[in-house]
Amino acid sequence: MSKTKYTRRGILKSGVTLGAAGVAPSFFVRNAWAQDFTNNPGNASSVTLGFNVPQTGAYADEGADELRAYQLAVKHINGEGDGGMLNTMAPLSLKGNGILGKKVEYVTGDTQTKSDAARASAKRMIEKDGAIMITGGSSSGVAIAVQSLCHEAGVIFMAGLTHSNDTTGKDKRKYGFRHFFNTEMSGAALGPVLEAEFGKDRVAYHLTADYTWGWSQEGSIKKYTEALGWQTNAAVRTPLGAGDFSQYITPVLNSGADVLVLNHYGKDMVNSLTQAVQFGLREKQVNGKQFQIVVPLFSRLMAQGAGENIKGILGSTNWNWSLDDAGSQAFVKSFGAEYGFPPSQAAHTCYVQALLYANAVEMAGTFYPCEVINALEGFEFDGTGNGPTEYRASDHQCFKDVLVVQGNENPSSQFDLLEVVQVVPRAQVEYPAELLGGELGSCA
Amino acid sequence: MDAILLQVLNGLDKGGAYALIALGLTLVFGTLGVVNFAHGALFMLGAFCAVTFQKIMTLSKQVKDESITFFDAYKEVPYLEIWFGDTGAAFIDWVVPLSIFMAIPVMLAIGLIMERGLIQYFYKRPHAEQILVTFGLAIVLQEIVKSFFGANPIPTPAPDIVAGSANIGALFGLGDSVVYPYWRLIYLAFAGIVIFSVFAFLQFTTFGMVVRAGMADREMVGLLGINVQRRFTIVFGIAAVVAGLAGVMYTPILPPDYHMGMDFLVLSFVVVVVGGMGSLGGAVAAGFLLGILQSFASMNEVKAIIPGIDQIIIYLVAVIILLVRPRGLMGRRGVMED
Repeated sequence: MSKTKYTRRGILKSGVTLGAAGVAPSFFVRNAWAQDFTNNPGNASSVTLGFNVPQTGAYADEGADELRAYQLAVKHINGEGDGGMLNTMAPLSLKGNGILGKKVEYVTGDTQTKSDAARASAKRMIEKDGAIMITGGSSSGVAIAVQSLCHEAGVIFMAGLTHSNDTTGKDKRKYGFRHFFNTEMSGAALGPVLEAEFGKDRVAYHLTADYTWGWSQEGSIKKYTEALGWQTNAAVRTPLGAGDFSQYITPVLNSGADVLVLNHYGKDMVNSLTQAVQFGLREKQVNGKQFQIVVPLFSRLMAQGAGENIKGILGSTNWNWSLDDAGSQAFVKSFGAEYGFPPSQAAHTCYVQALLYANAVEMAGTFYPCEVINALEGFEFDGTGNGPTEYRASDHQCFKDVLVVQGNENPSSQFDLLEVVQVVPRAQVEYPAELLGGELGSCA
Repeated sequence: MDAILLQVLNGLDKGGAYALIALGLTLVFGTLGVVNFAHGALFMLGAFCAVTFQKIMTLSKQVKDESITFFDAYKEVPYLEIWFGDTGAAFIDWVVPLSIFMAIPVMLAIGLIMERGLIQYFYKRPHAEQILVTFGLAIVLQEIVKSFFGANPIPTPAPDIVAGSANIGALFGLGDSVVYPYWRLIYLAFAGIVIFSVFAFLQFTTFGMVVRAGMADREMVGLLGINVQRRFTIVFGIAAVVAGLAGVMYTPILPPDYHMGMDFLVLSFVVVVVGGMGSLGGAVAAGFLLGILQSFASMNEVKAIIPGIDQIIIYLVAVIILLVRPRGLMGRRGVMED
């Protein structure tokens, strides 16, 4: 008499194990469910967007403003409030009744300005909250990490504030889109202004945040200033969130450099600029010239933190609330009425990204990401604050005018901290997509 | 020569903060035998005494900002300026030095409550448990501060009169490139005064004599009928005040945020280990020594030889000290060696 080796419990265990093994790896595979797609809202009456912003850490100020902008965008897309840029954006398919008739809801995550935390919160929003699109962030390291995760998950990522070339260069992805400008465009815009203001015979000293954005910006500024004839005395890397920069600033004093380029952003920039001014750099005369400080990426929030120290300092920015085009004015009016102060450039880019995604879905007539990507690629639009703009199909980078700004010497109000020195036309900052390399990959 | 002088000043400045925190840490370890991982949080709480005082002094009336026409914007005008004009504005300008008067009683109270309310129950427990409970306390304190003040650094500037920098080079007959911010020089002097005061208090007062005797032989002092425990509790309060004052005066150098204590705590522990657990002189000497070493390691010439040395120098020194002299530079024989 033979005994069977299969038991009821054994079969059940094997079944469960096989089932789990079959399902688990497929969750993060694009279009894992045949023609369906990740977090397809189907017949639901609402759709969920995931706002992944830094609520703590070095860029928490930007994150708070991004979240305000997203909340405002959701209101406008759902047909509430005064409509903001829905009144100025063209072409526009949105009808003010949500997206494809579904009410927009949202969930939020805290990136903590850390790649692993940002990926974890994006993953949570995709897996648990059913977010159909992830957007936000205020760091290129975070943007690149989350963009890659979203690409793997088959979820569109509309980047927030990310300025490194790599986001739409070597690390670009089919599912990732950036409205914000990049360091290559900052360099191209700032170069001629630096030449006009400080001349061709200058010696620069760079202090650079030691991560992808800092390296990218240092590279771009060096490229464009050295092309003018400037020399680079030194380029020193500083840890992100260093706090006290005195040990990095004191070597500048007797280095022979006559320009300090601060490749820092957010809290780091506020601290390094404040300390550079405390060390008397702006009063110094070197090589027979007045010492100058340049902050290639500026924002009003940073200007606020740096106070008096920012006055007269040159930099570039994606957008400023003082612009007088109809789109900017509509957004500033709407944001100001809601929160009592004007939006930052981080808020602007996030608001526009939310509208662009919603509009693309409406154009595509479906939430299916590949169709939405098709609608966004090569999309040309206007009325969002930077003149005629295009989402270039080959790298998913937006091309538009760039602003060169200066810390305002005589502000007319508490918010009038940056003065627009020049609106650099889009043609001057455009570059071939091959310059920054990378492969988008496919949508299938 | 200019560069060396500047890095020495940077090192002394940084070392001043390390020494002040490490002094309190080692005082608590020497008297109560407690490894207090919440000591960095006391530094942070001190800084937030300055922030709180600034908030009180700048309580404001909202006035419509007529320059904004897009929407209704309001600017805040402090009541002190409305009531007292320039005198009120000057008072606000001096908010950081003035907040010392608030920080001393507040930090003393926090120290006493912390010791009586929690730390005293862990005297006889292993160091590992003391570390766990004080580390937990530090996290709780951080989160409380974060919930009240948010996660962002809060600018707390020094008075305008000391906002610039001093031409140190002229004093030493060097070039004009040797300048150093006034406030950092004030911080250095302040650190020196506080350290001297603590040593003088322990050396020249009866209270200090009892504390030193208790540190050497607690049982014998107890047998003489002296309540050593009460004095040690007060020492904990004094250590909290020292850390708090270090935090108050550091705010113009680094705008405080809820996490600043943790950043300093790790470094200060290394300072205590290098100086010698329980050695007050060792903590101060190691604080300044490591501050200077860190500054020199940041020089481009040094980094060109050993890249990244500025990030690891302090820990490298700690490893070497623990390997060759576990009791630290000035530690007592037997401490950390058995």
